[in-house]
Amino acid sequence: MPSLIDLTLEGRKVAQYGPWPRVVVDASVWTFAASELAHGRWNLLGLWGEPATVHMAIMDGQTAEIAVVSLDCPDRTFPSVGKHHPPALRLERTINDLFGLSAQGSSDARPWLDHNRWDVRFPLGERIDALPNAAPYRFLAAEGDGLHQIAVGPVHAGIIEPGHFRFTASGETVVRLEQRLGYVHKGIDGLMTGASLARGVQLAGRTSGDSTVAYAYAYSRAAEAALDLVVPDRAVFLRALLAELERLANHLGDIGAICNDASFALMHAHCGVLRESVLRAAAAASGHRLMRDIIVPGGVSRDIGDGGAEAIQATLDNIRLRFPALVELYDNTASLQDRTVDTGTLKPPLARQYAVGGYVGRASGRSFDARRTLAYPPYDSLRFDVPVLNEGDVNARVWIRVREVEQSLSLIEQILSRLPEGPICREVPLGGEVREGMAIVEGFRGDVLVWLRLRNGLIERCHMRDPSWFQWPLLEAVIENNIVADFPLCNKSFNCSYSGHDL
Amino acid sequence: MRKLLFESVFRQPLTERAPSPDDAAMAELATALGQAGRRRLGRSLSIREVDAGSCNGCELEIHALNNAYYDVERFGLRFVASPRHADVLMVTGPVTKNMRGALERTYDATPNPKWVVAVGDCARNGGCFAGSYAVVGGVSEVIPVDLHIPGCPPAPTAMLQGLLALLERADAGAVTS
Repeated sequence: MPSLIDLTLEGRKVAQYGPWPRVVVDASVWTFAASELAHGRWNLLGLWGEPATVHMAIMDGQTAEIAVVSLDCPDRTFPSVGKHHPPALRLERTINDLFGLSAQGSSDARPWLDHNRWDVRFPLGERIDALPNAAPYRFLAAEGDGLHQIAVGPVHAGIIEPGHFRFTASGETVVRLEQRLGYVHKGIDGLMTGASLARGVQLAGRTSGDSTVAYAYAYSRAAEAALDLVVPDRAVFLRALLAELERLANHLGDIGAICNDASFALMHAHCGVLRESVLRAAAAASGHRLMRDIIVPGGVSRDIGDGGAEAIQATLDNIRLRFPALVELYDNTASLQDRTVDTGTLKPPLARQYAVGGYVGRASGRSFDARRTLAYPPYDSLRFDVPVLNEGDVNARVWIRVREVEQSLSLIEQILSRLPEGPICREVPLGGEVREGMAIVEGFRGDVLVWLRLRNGLIERCHMRDPSWFQWPLLEAVIENNIVADFPLCNKSFNCSYSGHDL
Repeated sequence: MRKLLFESVFRQPLTERAPSPDDAAMAELATALGQAGRRRLGRSLSIREVDAGSCNGCELEIHALNNAYYDVERFGLRFVASPRHADVLMVTGPVTKNMRGALERTYDATPNPKWVVAVGDCARNGGCFAGSYAVVGGVSEVIPVDLHIPGCPPAPTAMLQGLLALLERADAGAVTS
């Protein structure tokens, strides 16, 4: 069995690329990589396009080696990866929508982000006018006696992002769910092209608001990898502090929100109070409740404010005091457990196939956590556990989040006690003519991947991949054979990003 | 559960004092509601939230309005599930072209009289997404807007100030009707 290193020897290595190799390969090596993905030997981390090239980021699941393989497609086609490996399908549809490069042999050629509303087709490739009258979107068929369809969205009943869900149900039981996304497509990849690094980080931080720290973090690390820039120690620790506060706030909010979807409002109220306390501590420390625009290439834009560390420590103490009683309440409430145990089960093989990250993966036996597996600083010097369960149900996803709250509390305390003195930001050099970099950062939802290429200090192309890309399709899988009323629980326990996915 | 409930008998409530209505928001409202505010709403306002393309940052802070600290229901402000139940549409995001139709239909489904509150910097003019092939721009490009609440995202207190201003003007309008 060839290793990923062998594969990278097959192609032409691209210079000025960090920290993982990128090689330009031919179609046969590309297809070989696709078959290795299909056999589960490697994991798909990302698949994205450029006007005449496609790129695929791959990780060896055993050794955590990472490489990017690239294929030039002068005739605007490339061999489909999705044909062999379904997790690639939506990514290929997106490449076609944005760049007009079509995946040959794909089983699904429908548009994905393009709803024929942009006035233009292939906006990032060779643009042509939009179709005068696009055919209606064809949902996949579900046939049988007594089946009915329920169409939901894009505008939902709650305060959530827009997307469309098409349920086919037999009585109360869901037999098929199909998602249609793309409603919040803002063309961020297009806006990145030609942008300065400073504008780029502003856009990155607005890709998914709940992960603004994670995106700015991953983007900045990718830019620094491209420029061979080492950020000051204090900035390294402050970044992780912000990332853990973001994780804490989101987990606390979501644990309550999942319970609320089972009509257990008491948990929602208490968790909402704890979440608010984290946001206020974040505002005291960073000047912004969601900690937006703090992480920038070169370091962080502002130091922790006066009284910031004390505010965070007080919040940690309060959560340590209050959270255990809430966990006990969750664990001892039969009516709540009745809704979460054995609901929306994601089987471990499917989690492995999709290389799904975050709490979705870790609740289904996949232990990948970029903080541990890729061990970027300062996590390589901090003590923490990566909780893993195998049940894969809503309950398991809640428990992973509970355990991650505890880990984040400990991480934040370690960071505060070891925060080095010194500068917080380094000047960013313009760099040589062409430089490329990639980074993977563990957001609260899972691994955020950013790849970018700079030319004379400006962004020539930047691609960001949200963890939701590999989580959304699995939500379709787990709802099968559950009742319609359990969909909010399944959905909230995944809590996929719409904006991060639609970009 | 008993322990938690028992504790809440003795703990001080977390809910904080209402912020004063924002002056700039008031000025913007005066013109819009001078014409439209002819219906008595009392201190009751039903809000339908519509994400027309936001990054979800504004949604997080709108959610926070419901937590025990801000507790908007005490002001008679209530988030409802359908535009048909709503007096106010609270719209976020640089309206994306893919959401434009859905926003228009939601507006049309909201009974008169109605107000539109655009929340966040993107909703004002597209924010940092302005100029994209996939974005229309501010909410007012698609439907008439009565009030803008700036911020990225606006903090819950800023949203409360804007909404309270809306309520007070609606009350004042009721006196003259």
